[in-house]
Amino acid sequence: MGVIDPRTAAPIPPGAEQDKILNAVTDEITNRGFVIAKADKLFNWARSGSLWPMTFGLACCAVEMMHSAASRYDMDRYGMLFRPSPRQSDVMIVAGTLTNKMAPALRRVYDQMPEPRWVLSMGSCANGGGYYHYSYAVVRGCDRIVPVDVYVPGCPPTAEALIYGLLQLQKKIKRTATIART
Amino acid sequence: MPNLSAYIPEADALSSFAGRLQILLNGNDCELVNERHELVIRVPLDNLRDVLTKFRDDSTVALNQLTDVTAVDYPERPKRYDVVYQMLSVNFNQRVRVITSVNESDLIPSVVDLFASANWAEREVWDMFGLFFAGHPDLRRLLTDYGFEGHPLRKDFPLTGYVEVRYDDTERRVLYEPVQLTQEFRDFDFLSPWEGVQASMPDLTDEDSSDQAEAN
Repeated sequence: MGVIDPRTAAPIPPGAEQDKILNAVTDEITNRGFVIAKADKLFNWARSGSLWPMTFGLACCAVEMMHSAASRYDMDRYGMLFRPSPRQSDVMIVAGTLTNKMAPALRRVYDQMPEPRWVLSMGSCANGGGYYHYSYAVVRGCDRIVPVDVYVPGCPPTAEALIYGLLQLQKKIKRTATIART
Repeated sequence: MPNLSAYIPEADALSSFAGRLQILLNGNDCELVNERHELVIRVPLDNLRDVLTKFRDDSTVALNQLTDVTAVDYPERPKRYDVVYQMLSVNFNQRVRVITSVNESDLIPSVVDLFASANWAEREVWDMFGLFFAGHPDLRRLLTDYGFEGHPLRKDFPLTGYVEVRYDDTERRVLYEPVQLTQEFRDFDFLSPWEGVQASMPDLTDEDSSDQAEAN
């Protein structure tokens, strides 16, 4: 999100200076019909602008996850739509206590997601077992089962915290090199 | 302190309900107690099914809902487990707790044919305590993991269990391994003045003492 100075990579706040850049891009499109950008930057922009999380609500964190998708915080504004199927999604939000019995199912669903894919661990239980760390039935952190990109702390984290975590994930995606050079 | 029993308008209904239960229980070797305005009946295991059937079918009590079946583990007792049946009479708006004491080797008669709601409840008791219900149509584990060993709500079951899971990248599946904790579970001292919690509830069953307190 936002406009970045191509020379210094510093964000430019909204105002006359930002308008100048945006107008230049708009003029370029109206005059010549195209603009030039780096391909990997473009891919990352497209990927981070349409993260489709999969609903993996396991416990009370799922309620906060619903709040973040509902009208007040509205994840749709960032192009994030919850999908009911792992095959249509690229982010998995592990929201809640992951039990031993659920662990193989979680891994299977993760394996069904197409690449590129990311995992966001939401709440104390998913991060490290949390309140149930010493339980006989709970996995001590969902990173024992799937690789996690972003951890959101809290019990449960607020809807804002989850949105913040997702924005951190967007940042992480934007700074990865999409086209690997060999 | 005021006599709290005077403030409970249902106390009369409760005692007359208890009277009707007492008539039904005659000759069944049962003990009926009014514990803090809750009716608790201790039944010997052999009479359990008879008593529950009577309670369900008799129209003067009409305890025709079994809301829950649970158990409690008391390791120090010779009969280690209490199996607890919570019953509800919708007609009279009364609840009754039926308790029977068993050993882990005892065969508890299943009541699934009397109350369909006992099905999963008895499975859960089997899962958590390892108490066997004879005549249950499908006595499998209910909550714990597939292939789980042990009965977690027994007092001698270790809190962290015996196995933990992790995904193995080379085998490409979730593996079960013996528990290895990076930090041991803290042994809380509930008797220390900093952590101990004293019971602050007044004893409502002893009416004499509450009357005395009122006089003061």
